[in-house]
Amino acid sequence: METRKLARIGVLVALAMVLSYVESLFPAFIAVPGVRIGLANIAIVFALYTLGFKEALLISVVRVVLSALLFGSVLSLAYSLAGSILSLCVMAFLKRFFGTVAVSVAGGVSHNLGQIAVACLILQTRAIAYYLPVLILSGVAAGVVIGIVAAIVIDRLDGGEMNE
Amino acid sequence: MGRRVFERRTLVRDICLIAALALIGLCLLLFTGRGSSKGSVVQVAVDGEVVLSIPLSRDGSYSVNGGSNTIEVKDGRVSIVDADCPDRLCVRQGWIDGKGQSIVCLPNRVIVTVVGGESSIDFVL
Repeated sequence: METRKLARIGVLVALAMVLSYVESLFPAFIAVPGVRIGLANIAIVFALYTLGFKEALLISVVRVVLSALLFGSVLSLAYSLAGSILSLCVMAFLKRFFGTVAVSVAGGVSHNLGQIAVACLILQTRAIAYYLPVLILSGVAAGVVIGIVAAIVIDRLDGGEMNE
Repeated sequence: MGRRVFERRTLVRDICLIAALALIGLCLLLFTGRGSSKGSVVQVAVDGEVVLSIPLSRDGSYSVNGGSNTIEVKDGRVSIVDADCPDRLCVRQGWIDGKGQSIVCLPNRVIVTVVGGESSIDFVL
């Protein structure tokens, strides 16, 4: 069972990496830093539901660190790490009370809030809070899309075999 | 069988949570948009330190942060017209003139903010 879980974590890390790479190929729709769909979160939400919090956290952190090394910078690492850890904690907490799409929406919004908080700290300014409304709304929109896709994937793949 | 996209058990709660978050976003958007009277001074901060403060009435082009970003003031508005950051989101944000509006270049840590400057007018009784 442990080996199977390890293999699954590896596959999901690879999937999350590919999804972040694919997303980095698209130009940003809106000229506000931090507005993204977050395709890699499909893999993270899937991991949270089918493997558990610790496994999802591991996949998320490995994904963020590797993506920053390959496509980003040290600064982008700080933003994404704060965003993804906060978002995963919020999702793991809300998972007990809400369905997949709402959990994903809360995850999307908290991801953006975490990024703004770190950006404010690094840049020593509150001017970035100016983007807060746009980032909350984009988090909701992205969360709905990711949540629906993740729910469909969980529904299709999470048969008896996936649950240990 | 597995679950659906929306589970019936949590459907109402789900919609409430999503709607609440969307509503907070919309309210903040309207709230911050309303107070955007025209500003008079533009402040440029690099790494959180104000390095340049120019009146919006004076047209000109300024190079900041060792030339990483070029800022232009024209017709009472300000914009980042050129930058060497990879995403160039700061350039795409265009022109701003409202009090409290900002353009942020995260990769270069440059922030352009329009501020009031004529604060004395607030105290007229």
